[in-house]
Amino acid sequence: MENIVFLILRRMRQPLLTLISVYTIAVLGLTLIPGEDAAGQTHYMSLFHAFYFVSFMSTTIGFGEIPFAFTDAQRLWVTLSMYASVVAWIYALGTILSLLQDQTFQRALAEGSFARRIRRMREPFYLICGYGETGQTLVRALTDRGQHVVVIDREEERTSLIQLQNLRDHVPALSADARMPRHLQEAGLPHPACAGVVAVTDDNETNLKVAITSKLLHPEIKVICRADSRDVEANLASFGTDYIIDPFDTFSMHLATAFETPCLYLLQRWLGGEENAQLEEPVYPPRSGHWVVCGYGRFGKAMAARLKSEGVLVTVIEAMPDMTGEPPPGYVVGVGTEADTLLDAGLEDAVGIVAGTDDDTDNLSIVMTARDIRPDIFVIVRQNHSENQAIIDAVEADMVMHPSAIIARRIRVLLGTPMLYQFISLALHQDNDWACELVSRVSALVSQRVPDIEEITINQAQGGAVCQFDSGGEPVRLEEVLRDPWRREHNLPCIVLLIRRGREYILLPDPSTVLHQDDQLLVCGDAGSFSRLHWNLCNRGALEYVRTGRVSTRGWLWRKVEKWAARSARKP
Amino acid sequence: MNPEKVVFGFFIVLALTLNFGFFIGEIDNPDHHHVYELFAVVVVNLIATVLKFGDRSQMGAVLLATSLVADLQLLIASVVWVMAVHINGEGLTPAVTASIVSLSGGALLANVISVVLLIIETVMLRR
Repeated sequence: MENIVFLILRRMRQPLLTLISVYTIAVLGLTLIPGEDAAGQTHYMSLFHAFYFVSFMSTTIGFGEIPFAFTDAQRLWVTLSMYASVVAWIYALGTILSLLQDQTFQRALAEGSFARRIRRMREPFYLICGYGETGQTLVRALTDRGQHVVVIDREEERTSLIQLQNLRDHVPALSADARMPRHLQEAGLPHPACAGVVAVTDDNETNLKVAITSKLLHPEIKVICRADSRDVEANLASFGTDYIIDPFDTFSMHLATAFETPCLYLLQRWLGGEENAQLEEPVYPPRSGHWVVCGYGRFGKAMAARLKSEGVLVTVIEAMPDMTGEPPPGYVVGVGTEADTLLDAGLEDAVGIVAGTDDDTDNLSIVMTARDIRPDIFVIVRQNHSENQAIIDAVEADMVMHPSAIIARRIRVLLGTPMLYQFISLALHQDNDWACELVSRVSALVSQRVPDIEEITINQAQGGAVCQFDSGGEPVRLEEVLRDPWRREHNLPCIVLLIRRGREYILLPDPSTVLHQDDQLLVCGDAGSFSRLHWNLCNRGALEYVRTGRVSTRGWLWRKVEKWAARSARKP
Repeated sequence: MNPEKVVFGFFIVLALTLNFGFFIGEIDNPDHHHVYELFAVVVVNLIATVLKFGDRSQMGAVLLATSLVADLQLLIASVVWVMAVHINGEGLTPAVTASIVSLSGGALLANVISVVLLIIETVMLRR
């Protein structure tokens, strides 16, 4: 801020000096040149009148000749000073205007006001570095949930996009290079209210730098980073990045789940997907037969490796094998968009195809050509840009891999309900039947939309009534809080997926489980039922009703009245 | 030989000297204090203030501060003069003259400090 003031002062020196000198000369001249009063006597203008006259002359206001009409000598002087002083004013005003419009000045102002706004933030916020596709999806998801976000991106057009989007919360954005620690500090990295840093730019180096800077300047906060390759992942893990997300690895694990336990994969999609999305159908990727993988980039390599480990034969189609690395033997050189290449790779008897190039048009073309040859082949398509969502949806692939969406969804869950991932890793140890049963239970709760997920901690803020009962010696059971506080014969449409008690996890807890203080619950259910669940947990009267069916009176006076009434009823 | 330093020093010393010239003389005798000299003092002080803009050092900040003090006092002196001569119509009575001259005396002290700081800065540089 001080920079700006000094910048202005420095630039204004020349114009101000010009203005002062012109005024001085004009005023001096006017006082020295003899004028004539009404009676014809010589009268010299006073300094004050001269200054007054020069003021309104130079600002082009021009009231008139004061105090008496000017002699011609005075008029000659005034003519000369008029031109000089008006130009001096225009010069001064022009300098101020051009200064205000200066790019550097504007940017300095923007940075200053941004930094001040961040300093004043009192509620926890997340710092998102990178506002490309992943960043945009993530910011929208986080603000829809009511979480505060601050954005940094190098390109100005991306940060100015924020003002056009209809986000629920005001998101301060800075267009600056996130690699410079100074900009991260301005964006609030050392701020105590900064709850996490997410580095999702499209450049690995930048992400690495952001992660290191965050870990050094503010070691306790969560750092979530996007990685594109194994060595970057290893590098990030070496200095303790909390979560590293590689979209290709993630998808490859999802595919493994889809092979082994399709119901669990379905559950993952329902619970970890977008909020308010339609319930999706299960997918059953076939294992008996061979697959064709088009494109041998990072995604293609991950897919080929995964399919091989599932015991499936793979044929790779790659247009530039010398650039991507040699695919396993038996590969076909080509893009895969034309039928010949696909037939060479053995598509007539293939059961699945992966369209994994980094061009959406090519991928769609591959899918359509493949469907021409084998209409019911299992299709996995890679989506590169969100703008092509409509056509990717139209092609109705069985599985869609969209790296930005995967990263954004994963980060959203990590920042909102991280227990969900613990639930999934515990669920992976269960068999398919268990998963199928859970799927049918969940689909019974909700009609068409995916269920909402929430994490609830039994503490004073979110479970005050339970804590009260617990400390009063009357432990509360899970089935009691899951009853509808309006009619206790009905149950709320919720399922408690996981309870975490210290280091212990209880998967799909029994309804008779007792709730203790500081338990963390992972609950999924119909969106409308959560408010009633919170009511049960926080309100003593509601909790008592669902437990016993009666509501005890709480007021002192009424209790006295009740006692008196009970005594008098017993008397005769 | 730095022309910018010559100009800078010139105007600061000129401001002090003109100010002293205006101040000296009997405090309530208007014949001893010419209004044109007051005009010159005001102008040169303003120029000196503008020349001090934009210096970010501690010394520069204090120099600017003293200049602003002098400007303030001189502008108030000018206003008093205008009010006495033009507005109230009483002209330059000894009382009014004493007010104007004492205000310029204050500005004189600020200018003295300014020159002393300039000398200190020059001596410290020693080139």
